[in-house]
Amino acid sequence: MSTASSSPVIERGTAASRIAAIAVAVIIALLAIAPQFLSAGAVDRMTALFIYVILAAMWNALAGLGGLVSVGQQVFFGLGAYFAIRLADVGLNPFLALFASGIIVGAVSWPLSLFMLRLRNGEFAIGMWVIAALTHLLVNLDRLVQGETGTSLISLNVYDGSIRRVTIYWLALASMTALLTVLFGLLRGSTGAAIRAIRDNEDAAASVGVRVTGTKRLLFVLAAFGIGIAGALWLATSITFQPKTYFNVQWTAYMIFMVLVGGIGTFEGAILGALVFFLIETWFGGAGVWYLIGLGATAVLFSLFLPRGLWGTIEERFGLHLLPVGYRVRLPADISDGDTTPSPQQATTHREKA
Amino acid sequence: MSNQIIQGILLGGYYALIACGLSFMFSVMRIINLAHGSLAVVAAYALWFLASRFHVSPFLGLLIVLPVMAVIGWALQRFLLERSARGGALLPILTTFGLAIVIDNMLFEQFGANTRSLAPYIGSLSYDSWEWPGSIYVGKLAVIMFATAVILLGGLQLFLTRTGLGRSIRATSEDPDTAGLVGVDARRANTIAAAIALVTVGLAGAFLGMRGTFDPYAGAPQLLFAFEAAVIGGAGSLWGTLIGGIVLALAQTLGAQVHPQGFLIGGHAAFLVVLFVRLSASGLGLRGLLRLPSRIAS
Amino acid sequence: MSLLSVENLVVRHGLLQAVRGVSFSIERGETLALVGANGAGKTTLLRAIAGAHQPAAGRVLLDGADITGVPSHKRVGMGVALVPEGRKLFVQMTVEENLLLGRTAGRPGDWSVAKVLEMFPNLKPRRHAKTGHLSGGEQQATAIGRALMSNPDVLLLDEVSLGLSPLIVDRVYAALQGLISSGTTIILVEQDLNRALSVSNKVICMLEGRIALEGDSKSASREDVTKAYFGLHWKSTGSVPA
Repeated sequence: MSTASSSPVIERGTAASRIAAIAVAVIIALLAIAPQFLSAGAVDRMTALFIYVILAAMWNALAGLGGLVSVGQQVFFGLGAYFAIRLADVGLNPFLALFASGIIVGAVSWPLSLFMLRLRNGEFAIGMWVIAALTHLLVNLDRLVQGETGTSLISLNVYDGSIRRVTIYWLALASMTALLTVLFGLLRGSTGAAIRAIRDNEDAAASVGVRVTGTKRLLFVLAAFGIGIAGALWLATSITFQPKTYFNVQWTAYMIFMVLVGGIGTFEGAILGALVFFLIETWFGGAGVWYLIGLGATAVLFSLFLPRGLWGTIEERFGLHLLPVGYRVRLPADISDGDTTPSPQQATTHREKA
Repeated sequence: MSNQIIQGILLGGYYALIACGLSFMFSVMRIINLAHGSLAVVAAYALWFLASRFHVSPFLGLLIVLPVMAVIGWALQRFLLERSARGGALLPILTTFGLAIVIDNMLFEQFGANTRSLAPYIGSLSYDSWEWPGSIYVGKLAVIMFATAVILLGGLQLFLTRTGLGRSIRATSEDPDTAGLVGVDARRANTIAAAIALVTVGLAGAFLGMRGTFDPYAGAPQLLFAFEAAVIGGAGSLWGTLIGGIVLALAQTLGAQVHPQGFLIGGHAAFLVVLFVRLSASGLGLRGLLRLPSRIAS
Repeated sequence: MSLLSVENLVVRHGLLQAVRGVSFSIERGETLALVGANGAGKTTLLRAIAGAHQPAAGRVLLDGADITGVPSHKRVGMGVALVPEGRKLFVQMTVEENLLLGRTAGRPGDWSVAKVLEMFPNLKPRRHAKTGHLSGGEQQATAIGRALMSNPDVLLLDEVSLGLSPLIVDRVYAALQGLISSGTTIILVEQDLNRALSVSNKVICMLEGRIALEGDSKSASREDVTKAYFGLHWKSTGSVPA
């Protein structure tokens, strides 16, 4: 500490972050060629992992960055699948339908945001749940869906099973990479500064001209779009569409679990959380109800005792930033300490009698 | 038609019962408890367990279950909400949501997927009815439910305005720091408020079980009903909860008339319409749709 | 033994040190005026005595007993009551309800709603009005009354004249004079130097979180206090800024 320079140092990347950037590129390249070496089951599991990462990153964008905790995000997951079914039904190529569906979900979320973003905290959270419940009921009314019986993305069946599997894998990998890149870009740009300002103090941010509602709306629509894509991809992997499974609040529970465990509000945390969730599901998913109880209990424990999550704690403990989205200012030790601020009274501690 | 309107109004009594604890807790601690519905289902299962295993009438069972619910409320506040509320306004949402998942699945683990009902344990009350002029039949249980809601809301209002403890709770809800400075133990006031809220949840759970069936995952819809009734009636007083409950129930009744699956849709739609009207009327600067502190007692 | 004493009290708001090692004591029946510029740490000091801020260092003693770690609501029960800056009434509650809240901590004594209304006759017709609808003077009277309802040994008054018309301030101070002559111990923070000196028998002037001057209100020259107020009083260094 004594060797610290006398002026603050502003830095963006760190040595660790430059290595991390290269590592990310290598990992994505390896993942892209992985289906050559993986079994069919493993390819399916990896596809699921990519979808989990999307879900976690999108919920984190909404809650951790926008301060908007929603327990109704399953509405976009369900709608993503539903619109894909609808589009494929009118003859659109099923793979194209997946992405067109995501765009429609994003478009639908915009007018919804005008309405919902005026709710606060818990009201927003549970208001979104009402929206999800209502949407679920309305989708059930569609003749094509036949209520809870559901329907299937039949047009995908014309593709050969293994081609279909690998194509969906690649689509999921590409979607995940693209969404994470968009999010990363947003965070590094001026929107990122606005997001951090809002997170620190919403009223203060508004008073200095940060577009609070605009920024939140952007995150809301992005999250809806991303989760819509995730829902459509999930449909592609499982073919069948039963409204009950897609509009299930369980999906939001998974998102919350991943983000809480990984580290709410950190870019890396959501990815780490998705990985942890994926592993837990792989090992304990067969435990049925106890698995769900465990997830809920873990979420409660993290929110009570480790609210910054795994990554937030690692960051705090070791000052590690792999994918830096902000600027870091390192203050020299001597001016960061409030006690030693030079002041006229320092030499004049006195109590006088008049 | 007038028959259905009366049934709707009486059903509103149930919604007021389940909503009053949610909005009471929100107005005092500014926390929306997402485990609210699940806790009502816990009470229903506890009564069912007492009735089916030990032949305790659900009404007598309340003498055991309600104090237990109060203790649960105390513990909930002390061990969960108090701690998570220190982490900001968003954390309690996550904590209580996690708790709801734990509760729902524990109930599933313990009692299985079968639907249960308390109706078999309350004798003829579940189907007896009075005939009112104009050949309108009203269920005795529905009337009891509605009367309970009125008595509970009235009692709560009297408690908040006429007793020192009630004033302490209102002061805490308005400004906990200043409450401390005038001698109010804000922590204690919050804990008592949570215990009271959970007693109302226990009552609501009892009627949930008596008027129909429930299963381990019945908590989520109850939470939504409670929230909708509280928001619809959130204009001012505790009595708003009753009005909110009645509006919700009438909208559901109307929805069911329009379409066989319209019962729930009608309720959700009414909620959104009220929300939309209120948001457009309030202009900018929405301060909260649920009633703000201590206006509950005004 | 002093009724209330403060020893080397340090209070921080985050990195900012609002009170930097303050010590003083006050005897039963005394009236102490705390003066100083905005941001000198007066309000923070008063709030720390009332238990609203936890000090980083130092002690607060009441009748010789250490109450530093005692939460604010318990201090009310021990006889310390604060009339906070900005009055901080419960605006959704009536005058009477606000007054009754002051009695929550349950100290025996002769203050009652009737006695407060007698002291502030302007509150009588407003007894059942929500305090949010009151005028500034009526609100201040309610805030003082609310603190008195706990029958305090030490009454802490933070800027009671702020935002009131001179006429109303006169009325509030007349009421205070009554309290002082009845033997209530008072610490008051006041911007108006003349009023502060005329009502009190001891004065402390704070500057940037420290005591710049401490003395007897009657003998303290206005010039000394004013100098200390603006930090022009550097006796020990001798370096007087221009």
